[in-house]
Amino acid sequence: MRLFALLLLLCCSMQSYSQDCNYTLQGTLQDFHDSSTLAGATIVVAQTGRAVQTDVEGNFTISSLCKSTYQLQISHPYCSTKVFTVHIPADTIKTFTLEHHLEALNEIIVNGNSSSRQTKTLFENTINQETISDFSGASLGDALNNISGVSSLNTGNAVVKPIINGLHSSRIVLINNGVRMQDQQWGAEHAPTIDINTAGSIKVIKGAGALQYGGNAIGGVIITQAPKIPLLDSLYGKTTLSGSSNGRGGVVSSRVTKSHENGWYTSLQGTLKRFGDFQSPNYILSNTGVFERTFAYRLGYNRIDYGVDAYYSYFRNEIGILRASHIAGAEDQVQAISSDVPLIINDFTYAIGNPRQDVAHHLARIKGFKKIKGLGRVTLQYDFQQNNRLEYDVRRAQQQDKASVDLNLKTHTLKVDLKSDISDNLTISTGVNTDYQTNYANPNTGVRRLIPDYTKYDFGAYLSGDYSISSRWLLEAGFRFDYTYMDAFKFYRKSFWESRGYDTQFADLVVQEYGNQVLTNPKLRFKNPSFTLGSTYNFADTYTLFANYSMASRAPNASELFSEGLHHSASRMELGDLQFDSEIAHKVSVTLQQKGERFDFTIMPYSNSIDNFILIEPTGIQQTIRGNFQVWEYRQTQAQIFGIDVDATISVFDNLSFNHQFSLVKGYDLLKNQALINMPASSTQNSLVYTHPKFYNLKIRLLSNFVFAQNEYPNTNFEVVLPQSIQTVDISTPPDAYHLLNFNTSVDVSSSLHLGVSVNNVFNTPYRNYLNRLRYYADDLGRNISIQLQFNY
Amino acid sequence: MILVETFQFNYNSIIKSITMKLLQLNSINPFKLKTMKTMKTSTFYALLTLAMLGCSDDDTTPEIINEDELITTVILTLTPDSGDQVVLTTIDLDGDGPDEPVTTVVGSFSENTQYQGAVQFLNETEDPAEDITQEVIEEADEHQVFYTISDGLNITTTYVDFDDNDNPLGVQITLSTGAASEGSLTVTLRHEPVKPNDGLESAGGETDISTSFDVSIQ
Repeated sequence: MRLFALLLLLCCSMQSYSQDCNYTLQGTLQDFHDSSTLAGATIVVAQTGRAVQTDVEGNFTISSLCKSTYQLQISHPYCSTKVFTVHIPADTIKTFTLEHHLEALNEIIVNGNSSSRQTKTLFENTINQETISDFSGASLGDALNNISGVSSLNTGNAVVKPIINGLHSSRIVLINNGVRMQDQQWGAEHAPTIDINTAGSIKVIKGAGALQYGGNAIGGVIITQAPKIPLLDSLYGKTTLSGSSNGRGGVVSSRVTKSHENGWYTSLQGTLKRFGDFQSPNYILSNTGVFERTFAYRLGYNRIDYGVDAYYSYFRNEIGILRASHIAGAEDQVQAISSDVPLIINDFTYAIGNPRQDVAHHLARIKGFKKIKGLGRVTLQYDFQQNNRLEYDVRRAQQQDKASVDLNLKTHTLKVDLKSDISDNLTISTGVNTDYQTNYANPNTGVRRLIPDYTKYDFGAYLSGDYSISSRWLLEAGFRFDYTYMDAFKFYRKSFWESRGYDTQFADLVVQEYGNQVLTNPKLRFKNPSFTLGSTYNFADTYTLFANYSMASRAPNASELFSEGLHHSASRMELGDLQFDSEIAHKVSVTLQQKGERFDFTIMPYSNSIDNFILIEPTGIQQTIRGNFQVWEYRQTQAQIFGIDVDATISVFDNLSFNHQFSLVKGYDLLKNQALINMPASSTQNSLVYTHPKFYNLKIRLLSNFVFAQNEYPNTNFEVVLPQSIQTVDISTPPDAYHLLNFNTSVDVSSSLHLGVSVNNVFNTPYRNYLNRLRYYADDLGRNISIQLQFNY
Repeated sequence: MILVETFQFNYNSIIKSITMKLLQLNSINPFKLKTMKTMKTSTFYALLTLAMLGCSDDDTTPEIINEDELITTVILTLTPDSGDQVVLTTIDLDGDGPDEPVTTVVGSFSENTQYQGAVQFLNETEDPAEDITQEVIEEADEHQVFYTISDGLNITTTYVDFDDNDNPLGVQITLSTGAASEGSLTVTLRHEPVKPNDGLESAGGETDISTSFDVSIQ
C-alpha cells in the first residue's frame, strides 16, 4: 500500500525542467507528541526517488531542489509513514512531525484503526488527551460542550447530557471502548454513565454516517477510545489530582499500564470524585453534591495480525438533585418560579440527601480480531452491560431510604465485522450485530413503574464502502437495516386506558385486570432502514470539502411509548403513545475545511429534516387531589432543523493564537408552524492562547463564552387557579443572554509533573441556561478556582 | 447478589466460548476455506450461546404496584357545639390518572358559629382503607395543613394542634363563621414546608393535597 502510494506520487508528479534547481531544504524531524527528535528516519523525495536519512539530532538536508512543490515520504521504524507536501520557493528550513508508535496496539485493536476516521465524508471533531485531562473533574458532557455544535441538556450541574446539532438522548449513539452504551438514555435527567478519565480521545460525528455503530444516530455519534498501548516492554502510568473551590471537592484519577514486546498488555484505571454542595454566585445550591467511583481493567494480547482484548469497567455515581427543585404540581411551580432564590438553602454539606440519583453501570467486553489474507480484517465482539438506576425522592419518613425508581437494564450484544480492502482504492466494511435487552423495574419501590418491564431483541446488518476516484476525490456509500422486537408488560391505569380508547383498540393486549389497573402485553416490531452517501474532495492543497447525506431511522423508546403518569422531576404528567412509528431523519451536511500555515477554519452548515419526529408538549391541565398538573403528551410531527457550526484559528504570532467558535441551530415543527422546544441558543466562544514552549511549556488561555438568549420557542405557559388568585405559570420564557470568562494556565514543572490552574466564571456572573432543567429554581454555578497536578511515571 | 452471580456465570461461559473459537481460528491456515467454515461455526456457537441466554428468562408477568403514598380521599368534618355537622369530602381514586377528583359538601354553615374541625387523609385503594392522617401527625414537623378562605366568605380558622417546635400542624382546627356569605375553602397539605411560615404563599414544600370546596354560610 505504502509502495503503491509512492508509485502513485511518482507517476503523478510533473517535474518542471526549465527552472533553477539549486535550492536546499533543511529539515528537522520531531515526534508529534513530545517534540523529541527522530533519528534514523528515511525521507524519500517522491518526484525524484532520492532518499536521505535523518542524523542523530533528527536533521536532514536535501539539496538541488527546484522552485516547485514536492512530496516527501517520511518513514521511521516507530512511526506511521506520512507524506508531506512541501513548497520550495527558495532555500527552505522546515520542521516535520511524525506520530510515534506505529506499533501502538490501538491502531490494530481498539477500534479498527483509531487514528483513522469513522466515516470518510462527515467531518469529525476530536477531543485530545490534554483536553480530557483538563476536564478530569467534570463530566463527559462538559468536555463535549467545547466543540462547536455540541451543547448540553443539564439537570443542575452534575447531570450533563450532550446535545449534537439540537438533538439529544436516544438520538445520540455513544460508543465507549467499542461498546454501544445502553444506559437508559431515554430520560432527560439521565446522564451518560462514563468516566471521562477512562478515555484517551473522544470523537464527535455530527450525523448518522457511521453505520457500523447503528442506524439510529439521528443526532450523531460520540466515540470514546482507550489510550494507545505501545508494543514494547514498558510500565507507565499517570495520576491526576485536582481540587476545586466550588463544591469544595476534587478528583483523584490514576492509570497504570504494563505492556510487553510479545504482545501482552494490561491496564488498570480508577477514579474517585467527591464534591459537596456547589455554589451559585449568591447562594449555596443545597443538595448538589456528587460522589463518583469508577474502575476499569483491560487485558489483551496483540500479534499484529490477530489479537484479543478484554475490558471491564464499573461506574457508579451518586448525584444530589437541588433540594428546592423537588415540588409537586402547578401551585408549587408558581411559588418556585416567582421566587428569585431557591426556597430551600441550607448550610454547605458533603452529604447527599433526597432527591438524588444513584446509578451503577457494569460494562464487560471481549473482542478478537484476525486479519485473513484475501478476505480482510474480521472482528468478533461480545459485550454485556448492566445499568441500575435508583432515584430517591423526598417521601414520608419510612420510605426515605426506598428508591422511587429502580430500573435494571441488561444488554447482551454480539457482533461480527469485516473490513476488506478490495483494491487499493476500494474498501468495503460489513457486519451484523444482535442485541438482547431486558428491563426490570423493581416493584418494591411502591411507586408505579415509569418504564415497564420489557424484553427487546435487535438485529442489524450493514454494508458500506468507500472508493477513491482520485487521490483528491473519494466517494462513500452505505446501507444498514435494523429490526427491533419489543415484548413489554405494562400496567395502565384503567382510567387512562379507557380515556385513550385503548380498551376497544387494543382489547387483545389485556392480560389481566386488577382493580383500577390493567396489565397489558404489547409486542412491537420496528423495521428501520438507514442509508448514507457522501463525498470528500481536496483542492488547492489546503482545502477539503466534505458532503454527506444520511437517512437514519430510530424506533421510539420505552419512555415515548409507555409513559403514563406523573414525572416527578419535571412536575408534570407525561403521556406516551403506544402507536408511534419510527422517526426517519434526512440530514445533509457540508463541511469546508481549510488547514493553512497561520489560518485554519471549518464551516459546517447542515439541514436535518425528520419525519415522525417525537416531541413532548403541553396539552392541558389535569386536576387531581394534589392540585393541578400540566399534562405533557408525546406527539409525532414533521420537524426541520438547520444550523451552522464555525471554527477558526488564527496564529497571530508563533506563540499567540486566537480561536473562534460559533454555533447556531434552529428547529421548527412544520405541522404546527412553531419553533421546537428546547433548541440550544446560539453561542460563540472566543479564546486567546499564549504558549511559551521554552519556558516550562507555559500555556495561558483566556476564554470568553457568550450564550445568546433563545428567541424562538413555543409558548407553553399555562394558567392555574390558586386558592386566592389565578396565576400564569411562565415555564417557557428562556433566560437572558450571558457572558462568562474563563482563564487557565499550565506549566510542565518537569517532564513528569504538569501543573494547571484554572478559574471559571471569573466575574462570578449569575446566569441561567435555557437548557438546564433546574433553571426555574436556581442560578447556575458561580466562580470556580481549581488546581490540577498531573504526574506521569 | 443473585444478579451478580448470574452475570458472572454468563460472562465466563461466553468468554470461554469466544476465546476457544478464536484460538482455533488462529491455528488454521488462513488461505484455506476452512477458516470461513470455522468462523461460521464460531459465530454460530456464539449466537447459540446468546440465544440460550435469551431463553433463560422466564415469562412470568410482573407484579402489580399499588402506590405507597397515595392519598385518594380527604374528609374535613366540622362539628358545632350544637346543630348540624358540615362534611367536606374529595375523592380521587385514580390518583394521577385522568379522572377528576369528586368533591362533595354535605350540610351548610350557620352564621356566627364555632366549629371543631378535624381532617382525615385516606388511601382507599387499599382494603381496608389506609389512614395517612396518622403518618402526618407522627411527622408533624414535616407537615402542615393550610386552610385558605376566599375573599368575601366570612370564615376564619385557627390552629389547635402543634408540632414539637410549637409550629402549627392543622389536622385539628377551630373554624368560626360570621355573617351569611358564599365562597371557597381550600385545604392544602404541604410536605416539608418552611416552618414557621407566614402562610401558604411563602411556605414552599411539596403539595400533597390541594382541594377546594364551594361552601356557604346561611
